[in-house]
Amino acid sequence: MRASVPPIETTGLTVAYGPNPAVEDVTWTAAPGLTAIVGPNGAGKSTLLRAILGLIPVRGGSVRILGEAPAAMRGRVGWLPQRAAVDWDFPASALDVVAMAGTRRARWFGPLPRAEREAARAALAEVGMADYADRQIGRLSGGQQQRVFLARALAQDAQLVLMDEPFAAVDAATESAIVAILRRLGAEGRSVVAVHHDLATVRDYFDQVLLLNRRVVAAGPMDTAFTAETVAAAYGGKLLRFGAGETAVLAEAG
Amino acid sequence: MIPAYNTLVVLAGCGLLGLAAGTVGCFALLRGRALVADAIGHAALPGVALGALAAAALGIEARSLPPLLIGAAATGVLGVLAMQALGRTGRIREDAAIAVVLSAFYAAGVAMLSVLQAVPEVAQAGLSHFILGQAAALRAADAWGAGAIAAGCVAACLVLFRPLAAACFDAEFARVQGLRVGAVDLALLGLLVLVCVAGLQAVGLVLVVALIVLPPAAARLWAGRLPGMLALSGGFGAACGLAGAAASAHWPDLPTGAGVVLAGAVLLGVSMLVGPESPRALRRVAAEPR
Repeated sequence: MRASVPPIETTGLTVAYGPNPAVEDVTWTAAPGLTAIVGPNGAGKSTLLRAILGLIPVRGGSVRILGEAPAAMRGRVGWLPQRAAVDWDFPASALDVVAMAGTRRARWFGPLPRAEREAARAALAEVGMADYADRQIGRLSGGQQQRVFLARALAQDAQLVLMDEPFAAVDAATESAIVAILRRLGAEGRSVVAVHHDLATVRDYFDQVLLLNRRVVAAGPMDTAFTAETVAAAYGGKLLRFGAGETAVLAEAG
Repeated sequence: MIPAYNTLVVLAGCGLLGLAAGTVGCFALLRGRALVADAIGHAALPGVALGALAAAALGIEARSLPPLLIGAAATGVLGVLAMQALGRTGRIREDAAIAVVLSAFYAAGVAMLSVLQAVPEVAQAGLSHFILGQAAALRAADAWGAGAIAAGCVAACLVLFRPLAAACFDAEFARVQGLRVGAVDLALLGLLVLVCVAGLQAVGLVLVVALIVLPPAAARLWAGRLPGMLALSGGFGAACGLAGAAASAHWPDLPTGAGVVLAGAVLLGVSMLVGPESPRALRRVAAEPR
């Protein structure tokens, strides 16, 4: 069991799109389990995840994933991107999308191996989408599309899953499906690091938190890292109602 | 009347070309590379002129195809590189970069052709056929060559089906999985260059983009999944290629490119109206209770 290895370690990580860093000097060690990344809009939460995955170039610092260099972990990290990241008019069924989790293990051409197909069907069933396996993805509701993405991340069968706003604009059925899966992954000793927006549910859904506002504001277990003071600090002191959700906390420091 | 051997070979070559254009085009369209094909086609013109000049200088017959196509591929690739370099400056957006490269290379080609008309060997090579396409001017050997390139492109698309599909749907997810998306994109670009160059003489460099874009756009209106769309796109491309070549053989004044593109446009229009995945059909599905 590798449960004691930190799923993510960053040292002095800095990312910049232009002259101003979007993420600056982030030195952070995630503990195994379920971790939420929380912070105001523009705090660099998604940027941090994408930098950890090697999807964007970093200006400085280093990343270790499950104790290894990111390049060595290619193909072994689960990824749930934002739903808006893809073209949902793409000619694919829900099952086709989930089966893409097996692209690396399957041959380049020819029918998908039976084991991959079964894994994809099982993942779809786990998110309650078994009945929609053959539907074109553009004809699914937003919440159903999110569950297809979730099934694809599950089918990757990874020790660590990164999620970019899994709960953004989803219906109640999808939210409970995501929560059930978070708990299942946590119980299996796997780790999840997710960008999360709803301050009211952070404590219920996750074990640890990283409060981010371009720099690390606080990190660690809920009791020490997720307090009224740290949250107010992350949101630039403009937090109006703690625990009321995103609408109250749009203001940013500076 | 039984068509001459040459006509049959030209028809077969154009059909294969259409099949390849539809197959490669399916992935190009899904990857958002439709305009890149247009830029490659236009950027090929100076290469055609240079190829003819080189052939004349080397004492090869100026209308023999290999030097022309090598030149076309070279400047086509150069055009793509120029486009990417412009885009990387961060000061010119990608759509503008495509427009700049497409028109600048094409203008250079037109200027070169006008100068080259003074070289007797080149003037007789019929290079203007490369602009709008003239399948009737193809010789059997040319048609075989283009057909062989086309068949190779189709085979490559089938072999690379899964990586191409993964890169087209969600390139970042594919990268997270360890797929080398840069290499896949490069392969797709190479296939696009090959198809464009192989199709130059038959379809013409101005309109070759249509043979790459129209078949998959029409196919998407019939198929909701990629394997079906790919097969239909290839079939539609072959049908357009055949129709264009047949029309051009029947009416020698009609450039093949125009015939091919008109056939594709009609196909797309009909698909828009009656395809089961057309906007109309989808609205009907949405209106039904689930």
